[in-house]
Amino acid sequence: MKGFWHDAAEFFPILMSGVALTILVTIGSLLLSTVLGLIWAMMRVSGIKVLSMLSASLINVIRGIPIIVLLFYLYFVMPDLGVTLSALQAAILGLGIAYSAYQAENFRAGIEAIDKGQIEAAQSIGMGWWLTMRRVVLPQAVRIVLPPYGNVMIMMLKDSSQASTITVAELALQGKLIASSTFKNTNVFTMVALMYLTMSIPLILLVRHFEKRAGKK
Amino acid sequence: MIELNDVHKSFGQNEVLKGITASVQKGEVVCIIGPSGSGKSTILRCINGLESYDRGEISVEGLKVDRDASSIVKVRTQVSMVFQRFNLFPHRTVLENVVEGPLFVKREPRAQVLERGRALLAQVGLAEKADAHPPQLSGGQQQRVAIARALAMQPKAILFDEPTSALDPELVGDVLGVMRKLADDGMTMVVVTHEMGFARDVADRVLFIDGGVIVEQGPAKTLLNQPQHPRTQDFLRRVLHPL
Repeated sequence: MKGFWHDAAEFFPILMSGVALTILVTIGSLLLSTVLGLIWAMMRVSGIKVLSMLSASLINVIRGIPIIVLLFYLYFVMPDLGVTLSALQAAILGLGIAYSAYQAENFRAGIEAIDKGQIEAAQSIGMGWWLTMRRVVLPQAVRIVLPPYGNVMIMMLKDSSQASTITVAELALQGKLIASSTFKNTNVFTMVALMYLTMSIPLILLVRHFEKRAGKK
Repeated sequence: MIELNDVHKSFGQNEVLKGITASVQKGEVVCIIGPSGSGKSTILRCINGLESYDRGEISVEGLKVDRDASSIVKVRTQVSMVFQRFNLFPHRTVLENVVEGPLFVKREPRAQVLERGRALLAQVGLAEKADAHPPQLSGGQQQRVAIARALAMQPKAILFDEPTSALDPELVGDVLGVMRKLADDGMTMVVVTHEMGFARDVADRVLFIDGGVIVEQGPAKTLLNQPQHPRTQDFLRRVLHPL
């Protein structure tokens, strides 16, 4: 045990630099996936057939490709097409796109859960599609959408470790580098696991809070 | 003011309106009665474009009702609607519900709209509930808020779609009272209702609809007291003397 604390003190600063990147990748891809997911969801419920079909096929394509392949594509294939991305950019873009499909389905479920009478009431006072969304549907959908949104946040935090496969030196990669150079696998990966857990716990509590609030209504 | 000319409407194979021709004059109160599934609500919903119609023409103040045209917003700001299930916005306060349309659709000045909103809530007897949220109110109170919301648009006419059908019996009177006062003040109203007492006392004219056609129409008292058509007679007998 003494050895663990000793190693922990030694490796902590290096692993913390990985944590910083993990948080950066998570927040960056969370924002991107939220914006893209909202766009896909709006297209899906727009009532315009072309947009709705385009969004549905896009979501299916994204869902059908593993995150890791998407990352490889952005990082290794795009340069051949003349677009060079840094590892960090590719990671945020890849995870953001991959998760936008799940965000979109989540948002759509929230929007479609709103009572049709609400939309008719909005129309009956002269609201158009966009105003109805903004003033009536989305504010009510947020309550429904938040608990699953929190779960997506947790999943994204953990899946940010896949960025290690394209050389982003986030927590998982830093751990792997230390472990392979010191052979202290047990201590290093225990630390890595504990650090992921430490970051997840506030999010888990947040989800519980959302669920309570949504349940109250 | 509201004109329907040979209006047809089908849901799939089921033709629910089979050529409705009617008109509502300014200041008139028209009640539409008839068995459920006869197309009463569909008529109202076609008038403000919540539902499309297949053939014929509906116009409000000379403006054709077409739910896919941008002019539908103008129609809807002139003809308000009160729903059976109130459909208040639960995430906004009572006052916010009332001022939503004038503020965000008609873009009227805030101070003026808020003042009018409070006055309307006082008019329906709910001034002290301005800051409550709809789920905290009884059904009757919610429906009165919905009427205030409709009035806040300063409409030329209001459509009521079975406004008291979802209410506990003891709460019906308050809502009908507010509607009666509106009628007395000269508001143009089209009311789909099962409240025959209200129809008799308040309506100028009653339309009896069955099977998607107007079977009989006339002055309220005449139609309700001496119905001519056997189907009207049969319907009224069942509604007035259910046992």
